[in-house]
Amino acid sequence: MTPVLPEKQYDTMLLNVGPSHPSTHGVLRVLVELDGEVIVRAMPDLGYLHRGIEKLCENRTYHQCIPLMNRLDYLAGEVNNFGFCLAVEKLLGIEVPKRAQYIRVIIAELTRIASHIFWLGTHAHDLGAMTPLFYGFREREKIMDLCEMVSGGRMFPAYFRIGGVAADLPEGFVPEALAFVKDFPNKWKDYDTLLTENPIWKKRTVGVGVMTREECLDWGWSGPMARGSGVDWDLRRDNPYSSYEDFDFNIPLGTREGDVYSRYLVRMQEMLESAKIVRQALEKLPKGDIKVDDPRISLPPKEKVYTDIAALINHFKLIQEGVTPPKGEVYQAIEAPKGEMGFYIVSDGSGRPWRIKIRRPSFVVLNATDKLARGRLLADLIALIGTMDIVLADVDC
Amino acid sequence: MHRAIEFLQERFPEDVQEVVEFRGDTTIVVNPKAIRAILTALRDAPEMGYKYLSMIAAVDYYPAEPRFGVVYNLYSHRYRDRLTLKCLLPGAAPVIDSVVSVFSTADFHEREAYDLMGIVFKGHPNLKRILLPEDFVGFPLRKEFPQRGQ
Repeated sequence: MTPVLPEKQYDTMLLNVGPSHPSTHGVLRVLVELDGEVIVRAMPDLGYLHRGIEKLCENRTYHQCIPLMNRLDYLAGEVNNFGFCLAVEKLLGIEVPKRAQYIRVIIAELTRIASHIFWLGTHAHDLGAMTPLFYGFREREKIMDLCEMVSGGRMFPAYFRIGGVAADLPEGFVPEALAFVKDFPNKWKDYDTLLTENPIWKKRTVGVGVMTREECLDWGWSGPMARGSGVDWDLRRDNPYSSYEDFDFNIPLGTREGDVYSRYLVRMQEMLESAKIVRQALEKLPKGDIKVDDPRISLPPKEKVYTDIAALINHFKLIQEGVTPPKGEVYQAIEAPKGEMGFYIVSDGSGRPWRIKIRRPSFVVLNATDKLARGRLLADLIALIGTMDIVLADVDC
Repeated sequence: MHRAIEFLQERFPEDVQEVVEFRGDTTIVVNPKAIRAILTALRDAPEMGYKYLSMIAAVDYYPAEPRFGVVYNLYSHRYRDRLTLKCLLPGAAPVIDSVVSVFSTADFHEREAYDLMGIVFKGHPNLKRILLPEDFVGFPLRKEFPQRGQ
C-alpha cells in the first residue's frame, strides 16, 4: 500500500471504511487512523467513480451535455440540468419565458423534496432506524411518477432544454402534483414523529460534527450544511433566478449549534418549504410559451419541420452545430438540494464549450471530513458522512 | 462598476492587470504573485467581506500564452455579490501560491486543479492526485490530452 499517512505510528490502527460500504453512499474510501475507538485522523480517498464529465463536455454541443449533467448528483438530476441550462442561457444572454421558469421551479422543488427524502431515509438507516427509509420511498415514488409524466424518465429525466423545457406539462399533471403537495405535510409528520424526539436518534446526532458559522464559510459550505450552523444564505432568495422572487417561502435556519441534529431539522423544514413553493407555482402557473422563440436556440415544432424548409434547416443546424454563444466566461450558481451548485463555462465562440468547471457541493463538503471526525468515535463517522448528504457521482464528477 | 475594482486598484495598483465585464460577471485578472495577499485583503476588509471561496477552476487556453488560467470565485454574504479573480500562468511551468492558508476550502479545489490540469500550488499541505490514481501519467484536462486516453 502506498504510504498515505506521513509518519508511522505504532499505537494506532489503520482502518479502511469503504470503498464499498453501505454507509459511504457510493464508492468512497475513508482511511481512518484509530486510537482504540477514537478517530485520530480520517482521510477521504475519492476518485473511484471519476468519469471525466468535464472533459467529455468539451467535445460535445451544449445540448449534448445535458444528459451528462443528470448523472452528477443523480438523486437530483433535474436540478443539475437546471443550473447548467441557466449558465448557458446566461452565456447566450437570453431569458426563458415565464411559464418555462415556473415549470422549472416546480420540477426543481419536487426534486429537492425527493432528494431530501432519500437523504433522510438513508441517513436514518445508517444510524439504525429502518422505518423512515420505507416511508420515504412512498413519497419519493410519487415524485418520480410525476417526473415520468413530464419526461418519460424517472432517475434521469433530462427534461430541461437550453431556452426552456422539452415539452409543456401533460394533462393531469397539475392536479396530481397539487394533490401531492397538499397531502405532503401530513406524510411529513410520520418522519417527524419517528425521529425528531427519538432518544436514540438524538443520542447519535446531538453535538456530533459541530461547525461554527465562521468555519462553515472558511470550508466553503453552502446550502443546508451551512444553514444548520446559522448561515442565513439561500441563493433562491438572495440571488434569485427563474422567478423565485415571485414565491413566498422561508429559509429554515439551525437554532442550535451546527451539529448533525441541527442539519437534520433544517432539511426537514426545507421539504415543507419546497412543497409550499410548488403549490404556489402550480396555482399561479402562467400561460404562454415553454421555450424561447428563437430558431438559433430552440428546435422548431415537429410538424413545421415536415412542411417548412426554413424550419427544417433550423432543426438540422441546431442538431448538428448546437447553440453558439459568444466568446466569454460566465459563472452561474443555483441552490441545489445539497448546496451551491455552480457552472463555470468558458466559451470560445464555437458550438462546443471550451471548458466547463462544475462546482459540486458534495465535493466541497467532503473536504472537511477530517476536521469533523477528529477526536470522535468511529461510529460518529457514519453519522458525519450521512449528514453531509454526499452522492459520490457528484463528488467525483 | 463592481465595488472591488476600485478597492483592488487602490491597494494593489501594480497587480491588477485587466478587468473584464461580461453578462453581469466581473472578472479581475491579477498578478499570480500577489494572489494570496489579494485574497486575504478581500476576505478581511469589512467593506469587501468576501469570506467565502466558492470554487477554484483551472482553464487551459491553448495555444494562447500565458496558457493557463486559475479562476477564483468569491462570494460576499454581507453584500450578496460575486467576484471572479483570474491569474494567468505560463504553459512551461504553471506554478502559483496555494491559498489553503486563506481559505481551507481551497484544499480539494487545488488538488483537483493539480490532478487534472497539472498546475502546481506552492505551499499546499498535501498536493497529490485526488481523483486519478497516483501513478497516472499526464493531465487529462489539458487540451493535448486525447479524449479516449493515451
